[in-house]
Amino acid sequence: MDAGSFLSALTPLNIAFALFGVAAGTVIGSIPGLTATMAVAVLVPITFSMEPASALILLGAIYTGAIYGGAYAAILLNTPGTPSAIATTFDGYPMAKRGEGDLAVALACFASVFGGLVGALALLFLAPPLSSVALAFGPVEYFWLAIFGLSLIASLSSGNLLKGLAGGAFGLILSTVGVAEISADIRLTFGSQTMIGGFGVVGALIGLYCIPVLIDLVAVPDRHLDVKEGVKSVRIGEAARLAFKSKFNLLRSSVIGTLVGILPGAGGSVAGLVAYSEAKRTARDDQKFGEGEPDGIIATEAANNATVGGGFIPTLVLGIPGTPPDAVILGALLVQGVRTGPALFQSGGGSIAYTFIYGLIIATVLMLPVGLLIGRYAYKSIVTIPKAVLVPAVGFMTIIGTFAIRNSVSDVIIMILLGVFGWIVGRFGFAASPIVLGLILGPIAEQGFVQTWIIGSATNNLAGMFFGRPISQAIVAFTLLSLIYPLFAARRKSAQLNEHS
Amino acid sequence: MKKRNLLKSMIAAGVLSAMSFGAQAELNGSVNYIIPFGPGGESDISARLQQPFFKEKFGEDLVVSYQPGGGGAVGWASLNGLSDDGQTIMGVNLPHIIIKPAQKDVGFTTDGINTFYMFHYTPDAIVVTADSPYQTLDDLIADAKANPAQVTLSGSGKASANHLAQIKFDKMAGIQTTYVPFKGTGAAVTALLGKQVKAEWGYSTVGAKQGDAVRMLAVAMEERHPLFPDVPTFKELGFDMVGGAYRGIALPESASAETTQMWSDMIGQINADEGFRQQMLDGGFAMLDVDAAGMDEFMAARTEEYLADAREAGLIE
Repeated sequence: MDAGSFLSALTPLNIAFALFGVAAGTVIGSIPGLTATMAVAVLVPITFSMEPASALILLGAIYTGAIYGGAYAAILLNTPGTPSAIATTFDGYPMAKRGEGDLAVALACFASVFGGLVGALALLFLAPPLSSVALAFGPVEYFWLAIFGLSLIASLSSGNLLKGLAGGAFGLILSTVGVAEISADIRLTFGSQTMIGGFGVVGALIGLYCIPVLIDLVAVPDRHLDVKEGVKSVRIGEAARLAFKSKFNLLRSSVIGTLVGILPGAGGSVAGLVAYSEAKRTARDDQKFGEGEPDGIIATEAANNATVGGGFIPTLVLGIPGTPPDAVILGALLVQGVRTGPALFQSGGGSIAYTFIYGLIIATVLMLPVGLLIGRYAYKSIVTIPKAVLVPAVGFMTIIGTFAIRNSVSDVIIMILLGVFGWIVGRFGFAASPIVLGLILGPIAEQGFVQTWIIGSATNNLAGMFFGRPISQAIVAFTLLSLIYPLFAARRKSAQLNEHS
Repeated sequence: MKKRNLLKSMIAAGVLSAMSFGAQAELNGSVNYIIPFGPGGESDISARLQQPFFKEKFGEDLVVSYQPGGGGAVGWASLNGLSDDGQTIMGVNLPHIIIKPAQKDVGFTTDGINTFYMFHYTPDAIVVTADSPYQTLDDLIADAKANPAQVTLSGSGKASANHLAQIKFDKMAGIQTTYVPFKGTGAAVTALLGKQVKAEWGYSTVGAKQGDAVRMLAVAMEERHPLFPDVPTFKELGFDMVGGAYRGIALPESASAETTQMWSDMIGQINADEGFRQQMLDGGFAMLDVDAAGMDEFMAARTEEYLADAREAGLIE
């Protein structure tokens, strides 16, 4: 933590890299299908000819920008630009619908910067001790974490529990299609080569979220988003005030994001969802989550950007990538000849690591002006572009984006079919989110369960493996809480209603 | 007119071929190098190490992209439909391309993959944490004999190199251990470091990456790895195990013999570069040089061995 690394992060060249990286990352992240992993992977060869620290700063800046950029499409098009932004759609799109898209975009920027800073500061000061979190999570903890994630379906679909569960179960089935990740069995492909790769999460996100929006845009004559008369498109002050009012939510969500980011098997989507459900669970009575509640955006966006710093903790300390973009960056480090490990953080050997962390902090701070500027532009263009241009343009992007994931035409076909399916079942009140939750969490739950079962049977300790470990017990308790709480809240509400009448 | 053009282009082609590496094919812009897995694994890292040397030697960019899915099957099933002009190549892995088609129809066959070079392998190794009670391989064997099936070992995937190594070693040592498959080497190592399992069936690369945090009990090489002069080979300890996960590169089947030869020569040149060899060894990899000419023989021997092991273990019919 010497001043030297801070100063070397502050060279004009490094600041220029951070600025460029954040701007490029934000734009790439805002396009559904173009993920942070892809952006980082494409740029890795360029960094070979650069100083290791500058290269890392550029890659880290792109990564953090892309996670923020995912919020634009989530808010303005109801389509998560990256999987991390799934929960941003819940309140972001309703806000945009009623003409507050500019406020939502600005809020997302403040929350992302705050969350990013918390994650980066944890990386700076607490990396070696926090890395033990990654190791404390064994198969059974991942299993229960996934079950906890699935229990969020109950709180996300209040009043519609059966439909939510049906959607979740459907997502779980979809997640088993293709070659199973750890047993290598080929399942539910019905002999078709198209299905061998299974249902990719990003393709499913684009299909289930974006296609129904596009169909609705064509089907109804209204404008895409409402625009409030007389309101200037700069609502930075209002957003800052709202964010400050929710400082506790900001902090809690950032801490959740950092901790989940440290877990190599989880990632930004899980972090955002957990933070969202915590914000919802502790909501005041006047807050209506799911109908355009600013705190929903704050929770998700703070948490997903906090995973950036959090994810670098196991990457740099243990050499175990916290997220897929971290894996790419780890490979780049190896080529640069930088060996990861605790030694990277000890005085003397750690200058590259610290220059990088300071660079990440600088990039995160730069995201505030850059993000507000690009966000304003994105909002304006989505609102002002006529539908006849918007629909084909977005439709084109969904196809390119889906194809780009792994150059696969099957993925595009699956994406469109899922989209049409999602639109049809949406008419009957089935939301996209439970399906996507099942798809993302299914493999985590399955792997954790199978591994726990194998280890438990081998050591004749099945019950102890599943229920005897303290972290698992805590997660099980949270799961029960999140399952029972909506019922309890509903009962209290109806009791109150009875009193009034 | 036509005739003269033809003549011209023939002369041009002749001149070009004389200028290139003696073959009648040449690169035309950047090359797409598809890794049929996600980023961060051994396949990705070795491709990344090749990248700068390729640019330096042949002046073109080697662009690494990922096409994960189905444990590599999605990529390999698409390989023969890709452009065969030599601008697109794909990483291939053993035992994957031998075991997978033997299990079920996965859209490709082992013979249908035009592998032109096998450039390295990651030798199998048993890895334990630094504070593990297993000081030597004998300690682990003794524990497994005293407590059948209770010694748990993590590894990457099922019916994979790690899994086949576990099956083979258990038979040789007359022990019964429990193999716990994880998604990729990274997850298997995390489980080891977190003490979810007692040991890991991994590769020598794990020892290179984790340094002092782990200890390798033995590596499956002919001779000791230069990076780990203190780690014995299985052979030294009386177990005839040499091998691991082999990695190479393939072109679509329809690529011309000239293109295949050109690529075999180019990858061979990178493999011969001292700087590249050193970086690979520092990463814990072991070098291998099987070029296009020797590929059929190499593949036939590997196929026979892997299929016999897998059949015996009941992984394939």
